[in-house]
Amino acid sequence: MPVESVFPRLEALLPHVQKPIQYVGGELNSTVKDWDACDVRWSLMYPDAYEVGLPNQGVMILYEVLNEREGVLAERTYSVWPDLEALMREHGVPQFTVDAHRPVRAFDVFGVSFSTELGYTNLLTALDLSGIPLEARDRTLDDPIVLAGGHAAFNPEPIADFIDAAVIGDGEQAVLEITDVVRGWKAEGRPGGRDELLLRLAKTGGVYVPKFYDVEYLPDGRIARVVPNASGVPWRVSKHTVMDLDEWPYPKQPLVPLAETVHERMSVEIFRGCTRGCRFCQAGMITRPVRERTITGIGEMVDKGLKATGFEEVGLLSLSSADHSEIGDIAKGLADRYEDDKIGLSLPSTRVDAFNIDLANELTRNGRRSGLTFAPEGGSERIRKVINKMVSEEDLIRTVATAYGNGWRQVKLYFMCGLPTETDDDVLQIADMATKVIAKGREVSNSNDIRCTVSIGGFVPKPHTPFQWAPQLSAEETDARLEKLRDKIRGDKKYGRSIGFRYHDGKPGIVEGLLSRGDRRIGAVIRAVYEDGGRFDGWREHFSYDRWMECAEKVLPRYGVDVDWYTTRERTYEEVLPWDHLDSGLDKDWLWEDWQDALDETEVEDCRWTPCFDCGVCPQMDTHIQIGPTGKKLLPLTVVK
Amino acid sequence: MQRIRLRYTKRGRLRFTSHRDFQRAFERALRRAEVPMAYSAGFTPHPKVSYANAAPTGVASEAEYLEIALTEPRDPEKLRVLLDESLPPGLDVIDAVEAHTSGLADRLDASVWQLRLDGVEPAEAQRAVDAFLAAETVEVRRTTKNGVRTFDARAAVTQLALVPPEASSQDAADPLAPVEPSVEQSADRPGRGSCAILRLVVRHLTPAVRPDDVLSGLRATADLAPPVPAAVTRLAQGPLDEETGTVTDPFAPDRDAASAVLSTAAGQSVATVPGGPA
Repeated sequence: MPVESVFPRLEALLPHVQKPIQYVGGELNSTVKDWDACDVRWSLMYPDAYEVGLPNQGVMILYEVLNEREGVLAERTYSVWPDLEALMREHGVPQFTVDAHRPVRAFDVFGVSFSTELGYTNLLTALDLSGIPLEARDRTLDDPIVLAGGHAAFNPEPIADFIDAAVIGDGEQAVLEITDVVRGWKAEGRPGGRDELLLRLAKTGGVYVPKFYDVEYLPDGRIARVVPNASGVPWRVSKHTVMDLDEWPYPKQPLVPLAETVHERMSVEIFRGCTRGCRFCQAGMITRPVRERTITGIGEMVDKGLKATGFEEVGLLSLSSADHSEIGDIAKGLADRYEDDKIGLSLPSTRVDAFNIDLANELTRNGRRSGLTFAPEGGSERIRKVINKMVSEEDLIRTVATAYGNGWRQVKLYFMCGLPTETDDDVLQIADMATKVIAKGREVSNSNDIRCTVSIGGFVPKPHTPFQWAPQLSAEETDARLEKLRDKIRGDKKYGRSIGFRYHDGKPGIVEGLLSRGDRRIGAVIRAVYEDGGRFDGWREHFSYDRWMECAEKVLPRYGVDVDWYTTRERTYEEVLPWDHLDSGLDKDWLWEDWQDALDETEVEDCRWTPCFDCGVCPQMDTHIQIGPTGKKLLPLTVVK
Repeated sequence: MQRIRLRYTKRGRLRFTSHRDFQRAFERALRRAEVPMAYSAGFTPHPKVSYANAAPTGVASEAEYLEIALTEPRDPEKLRVLLDESLPPGLDVIDAVEAHTSGLADRLDASVWQLRLDGVEPAEAQRAVDAFLAAETVEVRRTTKNGVRTFDARAAVTQLALVPPEASSQDAADPLAPVEPSVEQSADRPGRGSCAILRLVVRHLTPAVRPDDVLSGLRATADLAPPVPAAVTRLAQGPLDEETGTVTDPFAPDRDAASAVLSTAAGQSVATVPGGPA
């Protein structure tokens, strides 16, 4: 039975909403497949607005991987803004995909990619608009399997009530494996209903199905243990790791939107994983080991991608792009190749110690020389040892001196506030660092017309990192510390006016902290916030701290815990953490040692260049480091005239 | 430097493309099609594209115009096909001429609009049309960036008439036909049943009178209130023939000039015939 498009009904609502183009689809390189010719159908969601969700590489990759498969169909859906949500509710229009405007509920699998925990309320909006029961236990064979992925899925417990399953790690192969299981179950006539399908998925060992695990609590509120309640279900669920990125050159045909989005460039992931070992960085911990795409593989992706999209900028993505073993040759090769085409190159951010001026010059050769961004993360040498961001002040000053000396006028520095063991003094040293940067810059550039912008985010302890046991700094203390820093910068008569200061207040970080280290009991808080109107929590204009706190106060006392218990409380070695049964490959004892090393201000090196530190990932996941150099060069493309 | 003028459409669901959205899409299509674009000088060079008089977001159009400047000559028709293939279906490039005259934008004197009012009885629409036409002036208000503006919507309207539904072609060339007829059935539009279709010719004046201003005028003069938003399409844009009241092809002078060039060149040994590699 073909599924009817909701577009005719949606169309009548579009003249009344902001930016209707975001809801109509029709992007270049999008795919609409014949519904009846496919037996496994996915809807993929990025739970934020279209302008943020469309460029998301994860969704784009899975969309293409699935649609390339015979008999498999994937369409995309994004969060609708409250103006359209209200109209959809009024007129009974369900959550739809933008590709063929099919109702999300009609698909077999509803896959949602969570880059951040702040998308949880948007998941509930989408489920409700779809007509899918909010809680997994109320769903029937008429509902899709609701599947969470993305970095936040490494602790899916806060949304355990609302999802049927979660996948951790790389999605490329996982979605195909899941497709095969769904296909087999459907072909057999869906024996045993949803439970049988979920059980088959759980038994693969790579899909977490919350309902097959019971959580038992201690009288003090901590978790006693998490136990499988069905036979054949593994005690721990493994993350997925794609080896040999050259075998997975996705997206091959990146989507080119008509609407304006946050990133409009041809993005190529030049490597996955990072072993620099920054202790605050969840991404670096959960994506190990490092797997590089080769220089030639990158060159081919860029060439094909530019032809398919017409983008005027190439983004070389990864967690620390200057660390690619052949980044210099890649940048030079691409800059040479596209010199006449006015195509710019960009790197998301650069480590101070990996920066070199030749690379920076290549990156700006075909484009503008705007600003340079570095992330020392910590203001004092001491705190940088705690977080294992091994960058000395000397490195930084030398690097910015080179930059200012070579014509850059603006340097942006990223820091965090609220790091474990941090004192006011550690944060106030950020101001000293900024003044030294300006002083050096004025000296080498012989000009007063240079700037340094200091940008500060609040630190949120994340699961699967050495800081998963750390107490989070309260919002009040964070704000107080940042005010002192602001006053110090503003009070500097000589340098203050050259230093920009950007920071966020500590409140959103507390909600993020509650969600990221939360357990199943947080689900009721999320639901209460959603029902009270909470949406788009990543957007300042929609986020309400007070609403989150009020809902938490209503829900949590019955469990004998509160927001502080989840956020500012330090955990002990013995404590069972809500995500312990999700296996990122990291050995929990290694993480604990690394946490102790942090407290001792002891640094750990990068295993790409030094012997293994036994974090556990490679043996546990049967993976290994894949890096160059390959020694190959990017050949110029033959120009057809 | 060669200048080529293009006529393009915004059809079906892509009528929700804003002008800024279209600009980005078009410039990317130029890159994909490897058109040898001339670039503006300056710190951030931009491809030289002049857009004329874009239709509002949400309004479909069969007659949008732009002009591009090329560093190497190309055959206009080959270029048109190439660009059409490079743009998503719905944003279709349907005509191209080499510019031999100046002032394309100045030639766009007036537009022909079609307004499809679902859920409105034709007789009711006719009464509103008669009232509108009978009025000397029709004051309407529109909210702009600078606040609410009040102006006359009547003077710019040179023609306004109800057309029978069958006259607004329902074949494949129907400008209102959705992009994917199989998936998006326009028959399912709300208010199916009664439907009134208006066609109007509006002179481009300042302040510009848009189709929705005429709708406001119909509401003001005769309380015409369509239950669903009107589906609006610009059918044509060009010089206004004052005698017949019709809007003519703005490319006509370029075509005339092109054939004049060709006939002069025909007698010479070296003809500058367009048709380089496109």
